[in-house]
Amino acid sequence: MEIVYVYTKKRSEFGRQCNFSDRPAELHVDILPDPTLAGNFIERNPCDMPIQCVQEMSEHEVNTERFATETRGINHVEGGWPKDVNPQEMEQTMRYRKKVEKDENYVNTLLQLGSLMEHCIKQNNAIDIYEEYFGEEEDVIEGTEEPPSAKTINVFRDPNEIKRTATSLSWHPDGGRKLAISYSSLEFQHGSKEMSFDSYIWDLENPNKPEMTLKPVSPLVCLEYNPKDSHILVGGCYNGQIAYWDTRKGSQPVEMSTVEHSHRDPVYKVIWLQSKTGTECFSTSTDGQVLWWDIRKMSEPTEKLVLDLSKKGNLDSSLGAISLEFETTMPTKFMVGTEQGMVVSCNRKAKTPGEKIVCTYSGHHGPIYALQRNPFFPKNFLTVGDWTARIWSEDIKESSIMWTKYHMAYLTDGCWSPIRPSVFFTTKTDGTLDVWDFLFKQNDPTLSVKVCDEALYSLRVQDNGRFLACGSHLGTATLLEISSGLSTLQRNEKALATAMFERETKREKILEARHREMRLKERSRSEQGKEEDAKDGDTEENPEDLVAQAEKTFFEIIEAERRKNEEEEQKIQAEMSKVGKEEKEDSEEKEIDEMEVRISFC
Amino acid sequence: MAEVEETLKRIQNQKGVQGIIIVNAEGIPIKTTLDNPTTVQYAGLIHQLVIKARSTVRDMDPQNDLTFLRIRSKKNEIMVAPDKEYFLIVIQNPTD
Repeated sequence: MEIVYVYTKKRSEFGRQCNFSDRPAELHVDILPDPTLAGNFIERNPCDMPIQCVQEMSEHEVNTERFATETRGINHVEGGWPKDVNPQEMEQTMRYRKKVEKDENYVNTLLQLGSLMEHCIKQNNAIDIYEEYFGEEEDVIEGTEEPPSAKTINVFRDPNEIKRTATSLSWHPDGGRKLAISYSSLEFQHGSKEMSFDSYIWDLENPNKPEMTLKPVSPLVCLEYNPKDSHILVGGCYNGQIAYWDTRKGSQPVEMSTVEHSHRDPVYKVIWLQSKTGTECFSTSTDGQVLWWDIRKMSEPTEKLVLDLSKKGNLDSSLGAISLEFETTMPTKFMVGTEQGMVVSCNRKAKTPGEKIVCTYSGHHGPIYALQRNPFFPKNFLTVGDWTARIWSEDIKESSIMWTKYHMAYLTDGCWSPIRPSVFFTTKTDGTLDVWDFLFKQNDPTLSVKVCDEALYSLRVQDNGRFLACGSHLGTATLLEISSGLSTLQRNEKALATAMFERETKREKILEARHREMRLKERSRSEQGKEEDAKDGDTEENPEDLVAQAEKTFFEIIEAERRKNEEEEQKIQAEMSKVGKEEKEDSEEKEIDEMEVRISFC
Repeated sequence: MAEVEETLKRIQNQKGVQGIIIVNAEGIPIKTTLDNPTTVQYAGLIHQLVIKARSTVRDMDPQNDLTFLRIRSKKNEIMVAPDKEYFLIVIQNPTD
């Protein structure tokens, strides 16, 4: 409904002034309420109405005027002199001083102050008021000795689905905040196609995800941080190659050794050498070689040594090596632990390869998984293999000077504590970690901790001696904290350990001497006996002769038997004619069987 | 005058005494047994410290006043006996 009101004006009236007049109201439109229209609408109930009851405030910024401050030092120059005295002039100052000294007030004051001062000086001289009685007693800890304990702090699990063994651990050289763990499967031909080759670097604070991944071409069996440069790591692979990484450059190895010149078996141990450039390392593997590398040029090893005891450099008769030992205080010597249970001590600086192998120590029944010199007594070293751990002295080559009892499980790794000379740690295949303190107890470990249910394969103590990490068969690395009693140097410990080592070494020396004497006696006795038998001729010279001898006697015996059987047959035939045919056949068969048995016996 | 000398001599002869300085209220060293640069340095620094110490004591309690100030350091002990007009500073090596 349009509401329109039309205004009309005549054209002639345009421009004329308006004449307004009043008139009564007119109703133009009356719209009545129409309730049916309400059907087009819906009642809204309730209605939301926001209201606010807040003080009205306004924002203002204020800034104070800058107050300029300056730090200034004061240089003390003679001052305070009254205006008429010139401080540079000696005469004037002297005169002033003399004047002051004559002042009566001065004299009285000074006498009084003097006596007060004298009192204090004498006090000082009489007693030292800051004297410390009983000196510095730090070790009143005799009473607070807690039982030794090891606490698990963190567990790092292999993030891959298929778990691999944590074969080697290496602490970051600066402070040990990071741990590099190498993972691989050491079981022969057990690696499935989906097994990942990666090894990881973990940050101790974050056990959920490794900090960095290292991606080699073949799983790493051993991994070591460079003690001089904490960004460089070198690793030995399952296929025998060596590779090195720079953590600043990423996950791929910076360089790998060439396959032709590497090892032919998994590289079980690689150690950094002490060199000026800090880039030299050496590695060993069960193929019997020890190779020296410079990581700047990985195409070829700088030096090679074959662990052949006959000193001929023959790879076929060499010993496979599992562990390696190098002490930075003795840079020319190193030791190799072999699969055959022998420790070979070598000198790097020997002139001919034959002289490189100095001596061997045998005593283990199986591969030597760990080999380490005592950091405080480098002449003594620890070997871990088969079911025992043994401590040796360099001078005694016949046997170890101390050894643990035979355990129920294989021992897989061991190392000394860097803080306490008499403490060492070992891990076993039943998942226990043993802490031995031979000054405290020699027959049993001081502390035995069951770390996990699967076998533990590797162990590494951090340089501060408090933390240690052990790796297990399923790739779980556990970080443990050792109680302070086992990780702080006790009083007299070095002296006691020295005494113990010396005592054991002496005992072994005496035993060795006795053995030698006994052997000499026997030899001399057998030599005398041999002289008498020399007329009988040499019987046992070559193995070939022996074999020929054996064959001859063998055939002689057979001939004798056959002859006997023939004689018996003749006897039987004679009997046959007497007894009867059937019986003859039976007995013949029986005897033929007997003869056959007898012949087969010959 | 002579008594002053005698007193100072007595103090100087005590065990461990390294030096004596007498300073007036304005910081001018009147008498000293040490060399000039050292004296000037001590006079200036100790003077300020004593003023500060005295004002501290008096701020806490206006009835109170500083009677003696001892600064013990690793190598020696500096003792100051203050007065309204003069300070007596003695440097001593305490018995060890």
